[in-house]
Amino acid sequence: MNPAAQRLRDPSGETSALRRARLAPPASLEGRTVALFDIGKGRGDEFIDQLERRFGEHGVKTRRYRKPTNTRVAPVDLLQRISTEADVAVIALSD
Amino acid sequence: MPPMSLPASGLLVFVKRDCPTCELVEPVLQRLAATDGATIATQDDPAFPGTVPNRIDDTALEWSFRHGVEVVPTLIRLDGGREVERTIGWDRAEWQRITGHVDLGAALPDLRPGCGSKSVEPGVAERLVVRYGDPGLRSRPIDLGDYDDDIEACYTRGWSDGLPVVPPTDERILRMLAGTHRRPDEIVGRIPPNLVPCTVEKVAINAVLAGCRPEYLPLVLGIVETALEPRFTLHGLLCTTYFSGPIAIVNGPVARRIGMNSGLNALGQGNRANSTITRALNLIVRNVGGGLPGGIDRATLGGPHKVGLCFAEDESDPFWTPLAQSRGVAAGRSAVTLFQGEALQGFFDQGSRTPEELTRSLAMALCAVGHPKVCEMNNAILVLAPEHYGIFRAAGWNRDRIQSELYEALKRPGRDLMKGAGGVGEGMPASRADEMISKFWPEGLLIVRAGGEAGLFSAILGGWTAGRARDQTVPVTRAIDD
Repeated sequence: MNPAAQRLRDPSGETSALRRARLAPPASLEGRTVALFDIGKGRGDEFIDQLERRFGEHGVKTRRYRKPTNTRVAPVDLLQRISTEADVAVIALSD
Repeated sequence: MPPMSLPASGLLVFVKRDCPTCELVEPVLQRLAATDGATIATQDDPAFPGTVPNRIDDTALEWSFRHGVEVVPTLIRLDGGREVERTIGWDRAEWQRITGHVDLGAALPDLRPGCGSKSVEPGVAERLVVRYGDPGLRSRPIDLGDYDDDIEACYTRGWSDGLPVVPPTDERILRMLAGTHRRPDEIVGRIPPNLVPCTVEKVAINAVLAGCRPEYLPLVLGIVETALEPRFTLHGLLCTTYFSGPIAIVNGPVARRIGMNSGLNALGQGNRANSTITRALNLIVRNVGGGLPGGIDRATLGGPHKVGLCFAEDESDPFWTPLAQSRGVAAGRSAVTLFQGEALQGFFDQGSRTPEELTRSLAMALCAVGHPKVCEMNNAILVLAPEHYGIFRAAGWNRDRIQSELYEALKRPGRDLMKGAGGVGEGMPASRADEMISKFWPEGLLIVRAGGEAGLFSAILGGWTAGRARDQTVPVTRAIDD
């Protein structure tokens, strides 16, 4: 047999994902800030409006964020802002 | 039989029987073997030349490869393992100078060109690099066991879209890379969703998997670069629950040179370039970018176009402005247009005889793209086959005229399209009830010519629902360096 015919080359990106443990969810939202993240799909704002109202009724502080477009991944600076300004996030994922 | 080791010093001649010049110089070889102990390495027939005892069998072409032989006969003088002289073909003066025999080959003509060395024949050169040299590939090697089936091994490793792939051996990758002048380690871009840097070598490996020929590689590279332009939004196109995938339309000389189909069955099976080129892009997204169906690819139903849909435009009529030229590419340049869409809504009209009738008829069918009552949401491609195009052509309607007439014919009263109108919940907002609304944005309908001569047909390739993000995600046309 021809040994060269049995050597293949990896077509992949040859990377392996770094799996990080999720942060434990907080036991309570008291004193926390909830990020309300609209990814830009249709009627995401209506969903966020509802959440904002409901959180407000429970005295939970919220901040709103919005991706420039749902067709691309969120800009790094936006993700960094959310991580520094909020404790947990709710994402309005689809329309 | 393994070749004998070569002498470190002395004369060495590479020949093959299938070379008239090598046969011509046989008396010279006989003399050099007798007087100088010259070694004759034979590429094809170990029994040639029969009158020379000092032959070595180089049918494996190892020594031809190691000495970089491109022509036979090649006469080399070695000294202490180093080459100090070389001549190719039969050049009596040169052979006399290198051997020091002033009367060598006196009975032969002054000059005879040689023949190509077997070691540089197509398909052979890459094999010799793999066997005896360094292929220079950086991708991880995967050595299969003696009894492994190579195609099954590709399936097992998840490299396939479901159809068989061509196993990416070093030889095939080297042959593919010969299709471009670009360096294998050049980064083409970052492939979503994992934004992994992708080299020319990785593109070549996936082009092998897809079944491409080396001459397609410049086009595949161009398509990858086009897909990575931010306004094409490849990441979003991959993630969408909608049907869409990348569809490529090729214009210009490259389409003819690599034998793409723009005629009979242009959107169907049977042409290697049409079938494999966008498949290579989709395999790159899968393998390099990590975009897998059921993973980040959330298509509810998908469609067969997601394997890879690519075709060329029919540019045979000089009256017709090809798609790429209508989108800003200079005439005579090769180009690709990448569209976010799906295949395929067939359309026939065998009754309309005037361009006005046919325009109204096409508009009826085009309104069905996405949802019949929703406008400015989807883009679309209209593929005019020759008999339908002929109706416009006979009336002197060019691309611009067809485009503008269709835009007007696609306008309908907003009142009929409102949510709830006609007893259908889907539709346009009530706020637009008093407008006349065209189905597409003015730039949202792309018209292309393709197809066989017979058949009063056209085809509609519906586009993504991204029309609501009109300025953020658009079809992209780009000139290709071929």
